[in-house]
Amino acid sequence: MTLTDSKFKLDIKQIQLDFPILSREVRNNRKLIYLDSAATSQKPQVVIDAQNNFYETINSGVHRGAYYLAELATDAHEHAREVIASFVNLKPNEIVFTKNATESLNLLSYSFLNATLKSKNDPTIDKRLILKPGDEILVTELEHHANLVPWQELCLKTGAVLKWIPITDEGVLDYSKIDSLINSRTKIVAVSHMSNVLGSITDLDLISKASKSVGAFLFVDACQSVPHIPVDFHKLGADAIAWSGHKMLGPLGIGLLGATEELLEIMPPFISGGSMIETVSMSKSTFAKAPKKFEAGTPPAAEAVGLGAAVEYLQKIGMENVHNHERHLTKLMLDGLKEIKGVTIYGPVDDRDRGSTVSFALDGLHPHDVGQVLDDMGIAVRVGNHCARPIMDKLKVQSTTRASTYIYNDDSDIHALLEGIDEVFGFFGKK
Amino acid sequence: MNLTNMYQEVILDHYKSPRGKGLKEPFQGESHHVNPTCGDEITVRVQLTDDKQKIEKISYESTGCSISQASASIMFEQVDGNSLENFDKISGEFLAMMQSKGIFEPSEDLLGDGISMIGVAQYPARIKCALLSWVAAKDAIIRARGEK
Repeated sequence: MTLTDSKFKLDIKQIQLDFPILSREVRNNRKLIYLDSAATSQKPQVVIDAQNNFYETINSGVHRGAYYLAELATDAHEHAREVIASFVNLKPNEIVFTKNATESLNLLSYSFLNATLKSKNDPTIDKRLILKPGDEILVTELEHHANLVPWQELCLKTGAVLKWIPITDEGVLDYSKIDSLINSRTKIVAVSHMSNVLGSITDLDLISKASKSVGAFLFVDACQSVPHIPVDFHKLGADAIAWSGHKMLGPLGIGLLGATEELLEIMPPFISGGSMIETVSMSKSTFAKAPKKFEAGTPPAAEAVGLGAAVEYLQKIGMENVHNHERHLTKLMLDGLKEIKGVTIYGPVDDRDRGSTVSFALDGLHPHDVGQVLDDMGIAVRVGNHCARPIMDKLKVQSTTRASTYIYNDDSDIHALLEGIDEVFGFFGKK
Repeated sequence: MNLTNMYQEVILDHYKSPRGKGLKEPFQGESHHVNPTCGDEITVRVQLTDDKQKIEKISYESTGCSISQASASIMFEQVDGNSLENFDKISGEFLAMMQSKGIFEPSEDLLGDGISMIGVAQYPARIKCALLSWVAAKDAIIRARGEK
């Protein structure tokens, strides 16, 4: 990794060479212009190699077996946990490996359900985890379904009531009623750090202070933030964060839950079985300490090792540099989109305090058709409701076109998108 | 641009000037279908003849991409006033074409302008768009026959 000037300009050409997929051609032998990293990121060779290397040289069951390979595999798995933990300023035992961020959020939701159910027979369950009818769970109107549906389900099962911080018609969170929305009945506040549709960043300072003042737990969906901006768990003021590995250059199939030692200690397990126990008899079992308490079954160790390599790769570049590069691309994209007649941008139109995910519409054209014509030019964008249907309803659109960047994107990718949009209008005879 | 295989003139024409759009009364069966990934929606209404053998009137209201809208318009043209027996033949032919990956010789007698959708069959992500109205129509017919 070389920095080409003293400030923050990264050598993107060099970085692009680290990603083998970027050298392939797509439809019509076009160069791939990948602008869908908010859905999943591409993987550098070091990540692919780390995962392959696991299978080629140390594959065996981690945390079981006293033989040489099992020791190496366990070491590699736990080293990955250390690397990932330090990346967000947590301790290794505060990181739980899951399948994906959706599972991490379900882990939280089900743990509260399990605590509530168990409390009828178990007086040792921590009272803060028990939900009663009339208790409140607060989300926002811009959540990804993964941070909405698990809480709806938890409410249905416990009688708790779901509330949400609304968004304005412009797609900005409206905090004006925060003092009444977070009240003595509020037990859980679950909010995204950065919107996967609009790129807007949530005011966690405000929400965390309000949550603390009433003793509510604050859970943050950090899927869109951890890969793109420096995140220090302790500065968020949260009790837990959930995010995925595959959006931060890591393999598919591995997600993360980061939480305070205290919370992990009091939460009952979600999935039970092997590896998560201490002692087992035919009538009852006791559980291992966190994080193992939450990691039942054989873990995806090669994926964890691959993710560890992804984090090390990001650390070499530096998250400040990642953020600054993407902010530059975001500004380029926003300025360009504003210039094109017939384009509506949803969410913040200023590159400050926002991520690099930009949703927009082309007048009179359906996003599916927009995406199809862009695809014909090798440009991969996301079209649809981005698993956040309530935002679509609020913006009064069916779906949007979404472009999102990462470290391997450069100015030419943004120019290609902007020119592509002109071609889309042309193709459908709108210009 | 290869895209012209998918977006043939006749498709864009149906998209810009959809035939038979707008819900009609009376109806015996109504079906609302949604494509959850893109939010495209269609409502189809069906009124059968007294002997329940023929579609007396089919009507629809929909929002969505050019492919789903054109497909609904073509569906209307091909099946409005047609027998249920023919509906099965036509919708069967359309489904077979969409599942063919584009290697298919569709019957123009059955599909009319629908043969222009052969290009869409080469794009797996768009097949659902093309089928949305047909699936809703089939469901509306089942409801109109009182089978659901």
